[in-house]
Amino acid sequence: MLAAANIRLDTNLVDYAILAIYFVAVLGIGFAAKRYIKTSLDYFLSGRSLPAWITGLAFISANLGALEILGMAANGAQFGVYTVHYYWIGAVPAMVFLGIVMMPFYYGSKVRSVPEYLRLRFNKPTHLFNALTFALATVLIAGVNLYALALVLKLMLGWPIFVGIVVAAAVVLAYITLGGLSSAIYNEVLQFFVILAALIPLTIVGLHDVGGWDGLKTAVTKVNSKDELFHSWTGTGVGAVDNPLGASWIPIVFGLGFVLSFGYWTTNFAEVQRALSAKSLSAAQRTPLIGAFPKAFIPAVTIIPGLVALATIPGLGGKDPNLEFNNAIPLLMNEYLPNGMLGVALAGLLAAFMAGVAANVSAFNTVVTYDLWEPYVASDRSDDYYLRFGRIATVTGIVIGIGTAVIASGYNNIMDYIQLLFSFFNAPLFATFIIGMFWKRMTPWAGLWGLIAGTAGAAAAHYGNSWDLINLGSDQAAAFWGAIAAFVADALVSVVVTMFTQPKPVEELQGLVYGMANDPDELSAEERAWYRKPSTLAIGVLGVVVILSIFFI
Amino acid sequence: MADSDASPTGDPLIEQSEQAEIDAQRAAKAARLFDIRRLIGGLFLIYGVILVILGLGESDKSIAKSADINVNLWSGLGMLVLSLLFIAWALLRPLGDDPAEA
Repeated sequence: MLAAANIRLDTNLVDYAILAIYFVAVLGIGFAAKRYIKTSLDYFLSGRSLPAWITGLAFISANLGALEILGMAANGAQFGVYTVHYYWIGAVPAMVFLGIVMMPFYYGSKVRSVPEYLRLRFNKPTHLFNALTFALATVLIAGVNLYALALVLKLMLGWPIFVGIVVAAAVVLAYITLGGLSSAIYNEVLQFFVILAALIPLTIVGLHDVGGWDGLKTAVTKVNSKDELFHSWTGTGVGAVDNPLGASWIPIVFGLGFVLSFGYWTTNFAEVQRALSAKSLSAAQRTPLIGAFPKAFIPAVTIIPGLVALATIPGLGGKDPNLEFNNAIPLLMNEYLPNGMLGVALAGLLAAFMAGVAANVSAFNTVVTYDLWEPYVASDRSDDYYLRFGRIATVTGIVIGIGTAVIASGYNNIMDYIQLLFSFFNAPLFATFIIGMFWKRMTPWAGLWGLIAGTAGAAAAHYGNSWDLINLGSDQAAAFWGAIAAFVADALVSVVVTMFTQPKPVEELQGLVYGMANDPDELSAEERAWYRKPSTLAIGVLGVVVILSIFFI
Repeated sequence: MADSDASPTGDPLIEQSEQAEIDAQRAAKAARLFDIRRLIGGLFLIYGVILVILGLGESDKSIAKSADINVNLWSGLGMLVLSLLFIAWALLRPLGDDPAEA
């Protein structure tokens, strides 16, 4: 029953109508949110008013961009069940740590952004360095998302690249400029459900077609005879690496699980911003914990489609550019979904792409306004002024994003480019945060030089490997080791610089370091319920992950 | 929510934003009126109805394409259930009556 795999979707009027309805909903949210924006805090942090289930779903949605979905399905086809490491080791523990350990300092100190925390804990040079690199990184990543979206639109619908970039940018621009973070967050919650409404039927139909889980194993073994795609930890022994990831447990646990993942989830403002917009400390703590539950199960709807594609689409991952691993999900959509459901899946995919752009743009405009313009260029202006400036920053961010989309188009492999950006910008940050939060003595200048050294460490590992000076193994293993290098360089330099410079007086660290958290506001009666306690949620989600890991060892 | 007597960090930039935050309380209250649950419910109601109609009129050939499952019908029904859950939640616990806000 398999026709020659064709990636151009067989869309009809119904699919376009479904897509149009989605766009109306997206813009409708933008206009509705606009009516309630009175202050800059409304615009940038939704007035710190949102309930935990909304910020929690937005937290996970901001990460559930289309690059993530397509990339993880591709990993599923390539590495099989080993891909779960990106979720169970590489996300859930860090989300729990953010909620339980770090959120009291972020939310409790009332900072408005991650760089702002660095300004209070360290000094202005550290703040400026981080705000600038973060603004640069987010706008580059927004550009990658735009470009990837345009590529998919071209592949699936035949739209020219440039048209795709401009249309997507215009929609995102409209809803963020109008409604600010509320608009971005509400759209992320909507997107969460639309993307699941697309992926769940696709997964079920695919799995049914190959004859269920056992049928999938049999079918995949025909393509990849080694039966190595259905384990997660088997073959990761040091010196006896025999798994498709090409990495032992050391880079998996320390590189991916500790540095890369903690760096991304706990210091990336595009994520943390969702928690800062919650209505109370308890809700802010629950934000990443609520997000962690869907995160633990999302591999079911990314990895399984990847494996189904491997089993049913001959030549997947071969020479034909239409059959790249990254196209596993679009290929399956075409294979299985009738018109109607195809439109929903298309809407889900576009929604995921736009969320990827929007999350970065809404973090970019906040950092540019609160961390660059307000402290260093135009202080002491009216709140209206910053609100207006924020809208201008949004437009500017998207326009630069379109420009950086062109840079991204120069890279052959988009995922490599993104990994590179993350290892440069996120990995060192985590070292600075963790040391700064737990070691009161760490000095302001250690903050700055640690960050610079960490970025240099990541660069050394990356270029050392790509110029063949050192051999770090597969691309995945190299990325994990690069993160470890960034972390170690940052930590060493932070400690050494601390030895030779003056620490901050301890009273200036109130609310910012471990042992000196601000007293939380009184919990409301509702928040005292046992099932709303952050600790209950944390234990629950860690338990789920441990059980799943044992099951898929 | 905001302690107006003392900014926890004593930082001038943040103190400034504390005032804005108090002003924001009213706006925030208003923002809750705009309920995302109704929007999700509404969108999936429309999608559910469209897909169920398509599913009922699905040709055998089209059903065969998706491994003998009537994808539109079943997905449409699933979306209707999701939609009704959200609408019921929004109607049973409207935002203003949230005990936490009282």
